[in-house]
Amino acid sequence: MTTPPHALKRGVSLYSFQEEYFLRTLSLEDCIRVAGEIGARGIEIIPEQSIPGFPHLTDEFVDTWFSWMEKYGTTPVATDLFLDTKLHPDRWLTLEEQIASVRRDVDIAVRLGAKVVRAIINTPPEVMEGAAPYAEQHGVRLLLEVHAPFHYEHPWILQHLEVMHRTGSPALGLMPDMGTFVERFPRVVSERALRDGAKPELVDLIVQTYDDHGDTHALMDVVNYRGGGPVDFGLARQATHYIWTEPKSMLEHMPLIGHIQAKFYEMTDDEVEYSIPYDRIVPVLIEGGFDGYLSSEYEGNRHVQDAFPVDSVEQIRRQHAMFARLLGEDA
Amino acid sequence: MFDQYIVCEENFRARDDGRPGGVVEVRMPYYRGLTLSMVEAVDLVLDGTPVPASRTTFTVHGNTYTFDQLPRTTDDRWEMGERAQLAFETDEPLTPGEHDVAVSVRLRISYMPVPGGGRDRKRLTLSPVSTTA
Repeated sequence: MTTPPHALKRGVSLYSFQEEYFLRTLSLEDCIRVAGEIGARGIEIIPEQSIPGFPHLTDEFVDTWFSWMEKYGTTPVATDLFLDTKLHPDRWLTLEEQIASVRRDVDIAVRLGAKVVRAIINTPPEVMEGAAPYAEQHGVRLLLEVHAPFHYEHPWILQHLEVMHRTGSPALGLMPDMGTFVERFPRVVSERALRDGAKPELVDLIVQTYDDHGDTHALMDVVNYRGGGPVDFGLARQATHYIWTEPKSMLEHMPLIGHIQAKFYEMTDDEVEYSIPYDRIVPVLIEGGFDGYLSSEYEGNRHVQDAFPVDSVEQIRRQHAMFARLLGEDA
Repeated sequence: MFDQYIVCEENFRARDDGRPGGVVEVRMPYYRGLTLSMVEAVDLVLDGTPVPASRTTFTVHGNTYTFDQLPRTTDDRWEMGERAQLAFETDEPLTPGEHDVAVSVRLRISYMPVPGGGRDRKRLTLSPVSTTA
């Protein structure tokens, strides 16, 4: 089967290396080198994760950052911002303070050479609207992550869409997280629950309900009625937090979509994602004319680290082998 | 997500200021660094006995804070994966050998409706020689 012409590019969020970076078995430079080797040439960084001293970036760090990009054949693409509305124990950040926080993070993106900033899902629509002119002046797009359990018909997302359409700001848009397309329950998660002592019959109930795309709203209650404990409740809550929606739901929003967080939990030996059907997602992005980055976001480490060695590099390599196949790079 | 890495196995040691007590190194169970005002608690239970927060101090990259100071500390951070030193005082000097060390970290994470953080518990062997951080 031939792949239609497209301009999709491959990248990686350094979030994906969190296990190795946390344990200091990979340095920031190592992560960027590995990304270049894998062919994930667009770099997405969480400054608060990878840059000690945040929010203060030294000129030396910035110089080193760009020297790594050149050395390893990579490009800065995106930064991920957080909005600490609960910074203070006794009060919420004001609207002005929230907008100032976003502006600070736009400045950081500019210094790092990234044109895209991921706005975390808790960023209120009024903060996006208030920060948009500053982002536009600085040539940066602020993209709201559409993260499970949210989807394109959810009121929180609709409020954001209203702002984006009403203002028509070129600086505002969406960053879909592919965790909104979890078609079947990630087995690394259910297997971890079993190792943690979950009741097998309740794990079956949870996984089966999810995989049937059944009603998960009352799962925690039913698990309680069936004698579940904290581990079972945790798994049931997970089932309410993953969602499956039709990937074509992205099509009507394609003009707003500037970046894709390619979440994954487990790349199997066959180089397919166990729970997220990328073979049906990538064609939708091609059909929609998406020309940004598919940015890997590995999140399986936390589910296997108790029993198995974590190898984020191999997991990301496999995801990019899959992307290369789906993007027709092998042809 | 990183609960099992909270308590560091290395460098569990007696205090070096002559007072009875010790130092345990701890990491934050989170995938990014956090401003210290959002670190609500780092609770220690030593050999089954809770150590009051008032008898502990918290040190990141050479800066030492009491837990009364942390809620107002918005200009310093606990970095991702950074080993912080949790120093504590006890009534009697720590005995040589193994101790049961349980640490619970509570974080205020703005996008979560419930407290973040995690807990870890390990058997640690007291370093025979006291060293500075």
